[in-house]
Amino acid sequence: MLRTTHGTPTRPPRPRPRLLWLAAAAMLLVACGEGGEDPATDDTAEGDGEITLLTHDSFDVSEDVLEAFTEESGIEVSVVPLGDAGTALNQTILTKDAPQGDLLFGVDNTFLSRALDEELFVPYESPRLEDIPERYQLDPEFRALPVDVGDVCLNHDVAWFEQEDVDLPTDLADLTDPAYDGLLAVQNPATSSPGLAFLLATIERFGEDGYLDFWQELVANDVVVTDGWSEAYYDEFSGAGDGDRPLVVSYASSPPAEVYFAEEEPDRAPTGVIEASCFRQIEFVGILATTEHEEEAQELVDFLLGPTFQEDLPLTMFVFPVNEEAELPEVFVEHAVRPSDPLELDPEVIGDNREAWIEDWTSTVLR
Amino acid sequence: MTNVRPSTARRGRPGAVAALLVVPVVFLGWFFVWPVSAIIGTGLAPEGQIELGVLTRVLTEETVRSVAWFTLWQAIVSTVLTLAVGLPGAYVLSRLEFRGRRLLQVGVTVPFVLPTVVVGSAFLALLGPQSPVNTALGAILGEAAPTLDLRRTVTAILLAHVFFNYAVVVRTVGGLWSMLDPRLEDAARVLGASRWRAFREVSLPLLRPAIAASAAIVFLFTFTSFGVVLILGGPGRATIEVEIHRATTQLLDLPLASSLALLQMIAVVAALSVYGRLSRRAEIQQRLVSSSAVRHRPRTGGERWLLRGNLLLATVLVLAPIAVLIERSVVTASGYGLGNWSRLLSRQPTSVLAVPASEAVRNSLLFGVSATLVALVLGGLAATAATLGRGRVTGLLDRALMVPLGTSSVTVGFGFLIALDRPVDLRGSAFLVPLAQALIATPFVVRTLLPVLRSIDQRLREAAAVLGATPSRVWREVDLPIVGRALLVAAGFSFAIAVGEFGATVFVARANLPTMPVAIFRLLGRPGVANFGQAMAMSTLLAALTAAALLAIDRLRVGQVGRF
Repeated sequence: MLRTTHGTPTRPPRPRPRLLWLAAAAMLLVACGEGGEDPATDDTAEGDGEITLLTHDSFDVSEDVLEAFTEESGIEVSVVPLGDAGTALNQTILTKDAPQGDLLFGVDNTFLSRALDEELFVPYESPRLEDIPERYQLDPEFRALPVDVGDVCLNHDVAWFEQEDVDLPTDLADLTDPAYDGLLAVQNPATSSPGLAFLLATIERFGEDGYLDFWQELVANDVVVTDGWSEAYYDEFSGAGDGDRPLVVSYASSPPAEVYFAEEEPDRAPTGVIEASCFRQIEFVGILATTEHEEEAQELVDFLLGPTFQEDLPLTMFVFPVNEEAELPEVFVEHAVRPSDPLELDPEVIGDNREAWIEDWTSTVLR
Repeated sequence: MTNVRPSTARRGRPGAVAALLVVPVVFLGWFFVWPVSAIIGTGLAPEGQIELGVLTRVLTEETVRSVAWFTLWQAIVSTVLTLAVGLPGAYVLSRLEFRGRRLLQVGVTVPFVLPTVVVGSAFLALLGPQSPVNTALGAILGEAAPTLDLRRTVTAILLAHVFFNYAVVVRTVGGLWSMLDPRLEDAARVLGASRWRAFREVSLPLLRPAIAASAAIVFLFTFTSFGVVLILGGPGRATIEVEIHRATTQLLDLPLASSLALLQMIAVVAALSVYGRLSRRAEIQQRLVSSSAVRHRPRTGGERWLLRGNLLLATVLVLAPIAVLIERSVVTASGYGLGNWSRLLSRQPTSVLAVPASEAVRNSLLFGVSATLVALVLGGLAATAATLGRGRVTGLLDRALMVPLGTSSVTVGFGFLIALDRPVDLRGSAFLVPLAQALIATPFVVRTLLPVLRSIDQRLREAAAVLGATPSRVWREVDLPIVGRALLVAAGFSFAIAVGEFGATVFVARANLPTMPVAIFRLLGRPGVANFGQAMAMSTLLAALTAAALLAIDRLRVGQVGRF
């Protein structure tokens, strides 16, 4: 039954295999894109010159800074981000026997004990550690070396507090006061690194016996919990986005970032930091035990702890250098707060209790 | 009706069918079965011995059961709602001709590619106390107006699921609907059936395979919902997917993650076997017509109201969040302006991981096109085999190809990590990206092609063969022209999936080929109004690029589409 719906059947012209050509061309393009610029994947070319730095998505470094290292040392560095800090670490642990790189940058003090327990790193006592204060050197065996430091702190919307004539909280305990009802946005510690840091801050401040009571009162005071930092900061916080809450958990470096990224530089930052709420986050770098390029990796570690990279850190990653020789950029000098006495917890204590604390917090706050 | 015959009447040579199946089977085995088995095995049998204790411990936990229940019911409700909203939409877009039809058709597909974090943020703006809805209510009712705040509610999750999956129904069902011979319903009407009865007894049974397929896809997508649940539902609500993600990326509790992944897999396989039963009963061979012959301007008052109602719905539901996005891209510190755009497009990034816009666009296109082609080849082979072959084997493959849609992306992604380092290390390779995307896109291609391929009258092929055509020529000159339209629909969808970076691709490291969604995430990860604005501008660009690509695909002609 060769009837067609309309018109008479005509013999269609031979279709050209256009699709196949397109396919071939696209695959070729992918191949070129890869072979051309990715030293990580074609490292069949043995020998010096090429190493891969695994890290989290928040990592960055100025192009000219990394180029300077390559020129000096002859070593090409390929930077491979592997998701958020937790994901990056867990990926590295799972691929311990068939690693994707030579170093891991960005394990912080909340995850440090997991990385050390898994014996991910080989020790390296970098000469640069001389310029780095002891209080940052949490691993006495030099497997994980401190590379940057930041503080997770409550940020406030400066204009809101002035307009409403409300006093700023000066202690975490103030947050349960009815005056701050419905004003605070925090992140879920199970899914967010600043969220976890803030939970740890409350544990340090109120003790293991008291922190859940504090959180219960926070819930009664209408705290909002978001999954990640960007939802809290841009959707809930009034100081930087569309939100209606003037208090948010963010970083001590957020106010200078607001100034730095503003279209016209304001005289003062639109947001401020509440010092009493700050929890210290130290990030570490380590050389993977499985690397075949240990010497090159050590050279890179020296560079990462050295002044050039350390001075580059603030404006690329919005954290502070650990190297005391490194000078801060002006926008940090003017608008950043460095809490003199932040809350801290021993990484091993964190490692032993992290899951249980998060579980208890989830039961108290979310269920 | 003599030309309606059950599909089982057709048989191809077993050898040919097997040959067609080789590539899809190897693909599925290599890039899905192997990695997923590897990661689940690592979790459940850390010492090489399966520890069932873990499994029973996890599955009897109270919280796990409540998470599983929530996952199931929200997925069912989301699927029903999406069908309820999508089916009239499919009718309007496939049967009615009106100004802006093409644009709307493309517009409703755009949500599909947008990152959930961006859309979630737009939804929050629309559902919160300062939303236009509340402004309107306030204007009408004055002081007495209630303030609607749907943030962090199940309603918000359901709305977003309809928003994201509307296009699945509209495109899958509409693709077939636009080719149903309208004379069948006309005949029923002439014989005295009411309009509703004619639809229920003539068109609906013919559409059932497409409806079953789109329902299955929407169910799988919403069953494994992740970002929407986290952002809109608030952290108190979790799907199995969310828990797998948390167990894997944060807690590194692989036994827990693997048990949950297994639970998810069992549910998905159960859902797919229900779908298999539904669709087996539904396959009817029918004569299809050119879509342009089917579409007409609304003729009756009812049709005009249907059109208006759907246009309103599509605008509110689908286009409003996109409008929020576009608006946000032009909001700067000093009011409206193009500052975000000029920064995004002109500034040459000076840091290693910052992504120049042009490069992100290029990479997204590159991956999009490659993944589309991979999916078309794989899906085309599987669909052809399913048309020629015996029901059992090919039906199994058809459903097996859909399992990845319902599998946790973190399971697949971490599976890649531990399984794909041998024999060649594919983990950092750019080739893995289009392959992983094809894993999600291929079932769409099969679902779109299959009903159309099956509807081709076997006698057309036989006639061609009798006249001396080789099997490949029969395919080229009989199947391809008829299937062309469906092929384009499938291509559009595959492209959208690839550009939107579905599934496991987020776990494939590719430092040197960042795409638009990657660039958006990097911008959103930083403080500063300008970064947020640029992320919104990049999202708008992603939406526009997708729309342009879909429009272009829509205009492509494969063979003699529409002229059979």
